[in-house]
Amino acid sequence: MKKLINDPADVVSEALLGIEAAHPELTVDHSNKLILRGDAPVAGKVGLISGGGSGHEPLHGGFVGLGMLDAACAGEVFTSPVPDQMLAATKAVDSGAGVLHIVKNYTGDVMNFEMAAELAAAEAGVDVVSVVTDDDVAVQDSLYTAGRRGVGVTVILEKIAGAAAEQGRTLTEVADVAKVVNANGRSMGMALTSCTVPAAGKPTFELGEGEMEIGIGIHGEPGRRRVPLAPAKDIAEMLVEPIAADLPFSSGDGVIAFVNGMGGTPLIELYLMYNEVARILGGHGIQIARSLVGSYITSLEMAGCSVTLVKVTDDLIALWDAPVNTPALRWGV
Amino acid sequence: MTDAVTLAGLSAWIRGFAALVAENKEELTALDAAIGDADHGINMDRGMTAVLAALDGDDIPSSAAALFKKVGMTLVSSVGGASGPLYGTFFLRVGTACGDVDSLDPEGFAKALRAGLEGIVARGKAEAGDKTMYDALAPAVDALDQALATGGGLAAGLSAAATAAGQGRDATTPMLARKGRASYLGERSVGHQDPGATSSALLIRAAVAALG
Repeated sequence: MKKLINDPADVVSEALLGIEAAHPELTVDHSNKLILRGDAPVAGKVGLISGGGSGHEPLHGGFVGLGMLDAACAGEVFTSPVPDQMLAATKAVDSGAGVLHIVKNYTGDVMNFEMAAELAAAEAGVDVVSVVTDDDVAVQDSLYTAGRRGVGVTVILEKIAGAAAEQGRTLTEVADVAKVVNANGRSMGMALTSCTVPAAGKPTFELGEGEMEIGIGIHGEPGRRRVPLAPAKDIAEMLVEPIAADLPFSSGDGVIAFVNGMGGTPLIELYLMYNEVARILGGHGIQIARSLVGSYITSLEMAGCSVTLVKVTDDLIALWDAPVNTPALRWGV
Repeated sequence: MTDAVTLAGLSAWIRGFAALVAENKEELTALDAAIGDADHGINMDRGMTAVLAALDGDDIPSSAAALFKKVGMTLVSSVGGASGPLYGTFFLRVGTACGDVDSLDPEGFAKALRAGLEGIVARGKAEAGDKTMYDALAPAVDALDQALATGGGLAAGLSAAATAAGQGRDATTPMLARKGRASYLGERSVGHQDPGATSSALLIRAAVAALG
């Protein structure tokens, strides 16, 4: 596998150096592997932090800035950060208004954030509320597993909750908005190829030339099933129908429709997929209020895509439209 | 008081565990590759190497509580994933249960292990049969309690605990994973030994060598 790296052990720290160089408006704490808003803590504002394993860029560091996150903690590739990092981020962004932890539902992430929240309360007296995203409908039988994984909804939630915090809403109010987004969002992804963790040097799993994996996670975890490659219109149905049936999304509902690339799929294919998704939603009478198309929560160089739908109210749409100024999402500024 | 568990013995237990983890690093990682994300051996070895470095520092722990706090906090800060919080919580709870002492009787040590096990349950919400480290540790702690209650000494108790941990580890092979990343595999997790139960069995084995 060919990669643009120096030493596999230095991938995360050298990428952080690049982020610092490219975005002087952000602050990078190299010892704790944190990306922070340059103006953190913002007086009177609830702080938002997230984090997770690296390899999903632009999630989460690319979403630090006005109207979104105050800080992001970078773990090793596909490995949760440790509580020390989250604790340092929590202290750095707390203005006294409290801090929201946005956590994707993976066993390691949840436990490390839990310990960080306990330490933040005990050591620093910071008010922390955690919201866990778990939108991946590909995980069935969630009673018998670690539960549904947090995937595409995380991006939408960080944007909307970030806008709510920027408006000056309280920690409880911001957390409530975040919970509404998660409760009304569903996702499903698929892979055309595997991905290679730099330290491992070989693909996480094998996928034949004529095969695809439906219901893939963002770390190369297996999906619902492995099937022969199909045309985009059929793949769109395999993703959208289980999502629509799950919430369920009904005729007349307004949604944010998000077609996400897994890292190795060109935008032209994502727009082609978006067209198929829009056609299927139209068939169900589901109204697309807003859209997002691009690679925002990735799995290194994996080819494939995911679809996320979030049912929205007027309040959520106004928060979505509010100004945002981050490396990866920027509008209204 | 030949059966006393001393600070030196506890420290030897931790060092012995670090050595066993290093020795079995590749096996732990290979087991994790089959049903997880192929880093359990690498992460645990990084963590226990950091623990050894912390124990070799100038600030030598003066009590069991201080020793295990250092071990637990170092693991939490250096391992990541789920193993860091789980092993970290285990040692932090063991330390709290031991208290500021430099020697324990066997019952006190067994109680501390029980507290650590309860910490793992509180952190990970695992139950028997979920295919996790609990499946090796819980039978081990039960076996030690039982041996001590029926008049066996510490050595016999730890030896029974190690046998029980090994059996518990082996029993994870046919189990269907219900916790952690392996749970996403569903039926495909059956037939693989759990890496967390495997490293937990090493922890008990190290106790036999250092304290038994």
